[in-house]
Amino acid sequence: MSAPVLEIRDLTVTFTTPLGPLAAVRGIDLDVRAGEMLAVVGESGSGKSVSFLAAMGLLPKTATITGSVLLDGRQLVGASSKELRAVRGQLMSMIFQDPLSALNPVHRVGDQIAEMLQAHQKLSDKAAKARSVDLLEIVGIPQSGDRALQYPHEFSGGMRQRVVIAIAIANSPKVLIADEPTTALDVTVQAQILEVIQKVQKQFGTAVVLITHDLGVVARVCERVNVMYAGRVVERAEIGDIFDAPSHPYTRGLLASLPQAGVERLSPIAGFPPNMLRPPAGCAFRARCPHAVAECGETLPTLRQIGASHSACIRAEEVLTSS
Amino acid sequence: MTDSSKNPPLLSVQGLVKEFHMRSQRGGRRKRVVQAVTNVSFEVARGETLGLVGESGSGKTTVGRCVLRLIEPTSGTVTFEGRDLAHVDVEEMRNLRRKMQIVFQDPYASLDPKMTVGASIAEPLVVQGVPGNHEEKVVSLLELVGLAADHARRFPHEFSGGQRQRIGVARALALDPALIVLDEPVSALDVSIQAGVVNLFADLQARLGMSYVFIAHDLSVVRHIADRVAVMYLGKIMEIGPAEQVYEHPTHPYTKALLSAVPVPNPRVERQRSRIMLEGDVPSPVNPPSGCRFRTRCWKATELCATVEPVLEMRATGQLSACHHPEA
Repeated sequence: MSAPVLEIRDLTVTFTTPLGPLAAVRGIDLDVRAGEMLAVVGESGSGKSVSFLAAMGLLPKTATITGSVLLDGRQLVGASSKELRAVRGQLMSMIFQDPLSALNPVHRVGDQIAEMLQAHQKLSDKAAKARSVDLLEIVGIPQSGDRALQYPHEFSGGMRQRVVIAIAIANSPKVLIADEPTTALDVTVQAQILEVIQKVQKQFGTAVVLITHDLGVVARVCERVNVMYAGRVVERAEIGDIFDAPSHPYTRGLLASLPQAGVERLSPIAGFPPNMLRPPAGCAFRARCPHAVAECGETLPTLRQIGASHSACIRAEEVLTSS
Repeated sequence: MTDSSKNPPLLSVQGLVKEFHMRSQRGGRRKRVVQAVTNVSFEVARGETLGLVGESGSGKTTVGRCVLRLIEPTSGTVTFEGRDLAHVDVEEMRNLRRKMQIVFQDPYASLDPKMTVGASIAEPLVVQGVPGNHEEKVVSLLELVGLAADHARRFPHEFSGGQRQRIGVARALALDPALIVLDEPVSALDVSIQAGVVNLFADLQARLGMSYVFIAHDLSVVRHIADRVAVMYLGKIMEIGPAEQVYEHPTHPYTKALLSAVPVPNPRVERQRSRIMLEGDVPSPVNPPSGCRFRTRCWKATELCATVEPVLEMRATGQLSACHHPEA
């Protein structure tokens, strides 16, 4: 087991809204180990993106962040914008769902990669240009020399996401945060982009945090999984255990709701997620949970070890043995 | 295929073509034409669900809109309950429209935020001049889709995405349609919510017997709900047939590649599967490849594929596919 390169401890993110404080992330602990492919899964509003936007220092001023985010020993919570600028793109990069809005439409893609290189390294224009062509090649863009001179609108969606990845890995960061990187892409193109991300992870030893709602994608490429619900990590396990022996009722519900061959009727999770302007006391999932008991409403459950996994369910043992 | 002599299909689409004219680039005079749908034919029987799958630009949504005549087809015929929709007068089209409804992808954009849910659901009844007490009808529709009577007085912003989609379904059901086009009806919903809406579609069909054209890019949802499936690519049907056959024994290389690209939520299965990795992206529909449209990404393509366009042919496994080199 390799040492964590990113250590998140008791991270909270609260947004100030006209309707009052909104608790988007409510105390998460999470380690990203060097060179691993880590999944963070959850549905909309679970806090999976916000947690990592907070780590990157990319949230607006309406967000109040507490806790600790250590990247390679550096504290990022409360860091100055100058310190954060030195980290972003150098030690940790992030890519998003929509590659078009991540690129500048009026600059050639080669120049956009070169800009990222020169922001963190002393490189001549010529060397930066040569390196940006190499990077395009690495992410699988054919005729990379010519393509470097083109503009984003001349690329297809899949090719644009490759360009964004090239920019993100230009300075060989230790951590790449990929926030729903294939959600906007067609499934045949998704397969290509996942391959590129896996190649980056294996070839450069970059740790990848894959934020996604797609459990199929997780099953294909990830090693460890964090499941988030209502701003908390509710289960953490190795890939095999998450799918074979989920120990949190939410994880079980999520898996059961997927359409699978031979299943006549789908099993949705009853109800819907809580309003985070007024998060419920105790376990946030209890209103939808078939295993809930009165005790679930008393204290906010924390992750504890259950077999090889960690579950934030006080009834995890019963959940595991129930059919 | 349905035996049309004895049991005429509810919907029959023959040789459907839809072209869009685009403004030419750089002020040139030459008009550019995009053929979004090229020669598409299929039938939908009463009580049946046809799944329409394909990647972006495949023309699946355009087909759905042409069926309802929300946009006018360039050529081809759409026959609904035996009547050619291109040759009915305004009055008759109005009557036929009652029987054909649509549910859209975005449950936020498809409901008027200033109308109460009850008013939204009653609107088709008002537009069609249905007499009687709409209030009762609205309550029964709300209950039919798993909502409560008192929801009628509330506004869309008070509902979650899944509930809004149920409201959209209630509105589509108001006129007792025989056909509902479901255009990516669960794509915007989280999976735990999606499952409930998919079950609702199945329940409603079992109860009311309407037909669905279910348009989606999510192949596993379509497999779950569809009786038959049509796989589209760049405006053409590549393969069409019983869902089980198309999924278990795909005969078109594109279908095979598409199915192999969908990740299976089971790490053991997923990591042992052999995957067909398609090169590149879907070509531009403005300038589709000659011959077979899939040939530029196909590992089986030969000279023949570039020159002769393959037509849909019946395969031993019971589905039609358009390929010169079908999978066994």
